[in-house]
Amino acid sequence: MKVARAHPLLLAYILHRFSGIALALFLPLHFWVLSLALTNAARLDGFLTLTELPLVKLAEFGLVFLLAVHLFGGLRLLAMEWLPWTAPQKTWAAAAVAGSLFVSGTFFLQAI
Amino acid sequence: MLDMRLYMAQRLSALVMAPFVIVHIGVMIYAIQGGLTAAEILGRTQGSAFWFLFYGMFVVAVSIHAAIGLRVILYEWAGVKGAALSVSMWLIGLVLFAMGANAVWAVTA
Repeated sequence: MKVARAHPLLLAYILHRFSGIALALFLPLHFWVLSLALTNAARLDGFLTLTELPLVKLAEFGLVFLLAVHLFGGLRLLAMEWLPWTAPQKTWAAAAVAGSLFVSGTFFLQAI
Repeated sequence: MLDMRLYMAQRLSALVMAPFVIVHIGVMIYAIQGGLTAAEILGRTQGSAFWFLFYGMFVVAVSIHAAIGLRVILYEWAGVKGAALSVSMWLIGLVLFAMGANAVWAVTA
């Protein structure tokens, strides 16, 4: 289990899931602040001046990172699921089936 | 099959959003230069059919995408099942869409 959990693809999965949750939680706040343009423009400007604070800039950096990492992680997922397999991938998949047939065939020949 | 349709809706909404997200990040990097003001944002977006369609489709796609994504997480990590799971998904999607549509209208109308 320790080895499987250290696998980079598990980290990719966790990063995709946590970035997705964080972005979904951020969206209502994002939409609400923007909708102030219609109801309370002064308050919107009040929020926008907050973006001058170093801590807010750091948080924005974090959000943009989460968005980008979710985008690229998602593109990777789509590529894995939908793009045609490359020749080496097909060779390894065929080799896995051939190896399994060899092992089970050996077993079967011993069994009959 | 419901799960298969949700899976397809999740992937299709992701495909729709991929170019939107790239443009959105580009606009953010451009817009943040010299600070942000309401006047600057509204000057770019107000009365623009392009940004209305851009952000409008973005909001539709993200509402679908986030609702289905959170549905999976609620099922896998919180054990929510059955009707409660469906209701949660629809609630998340509809609230995000309503708030997003409101925001798009506020900055482009």
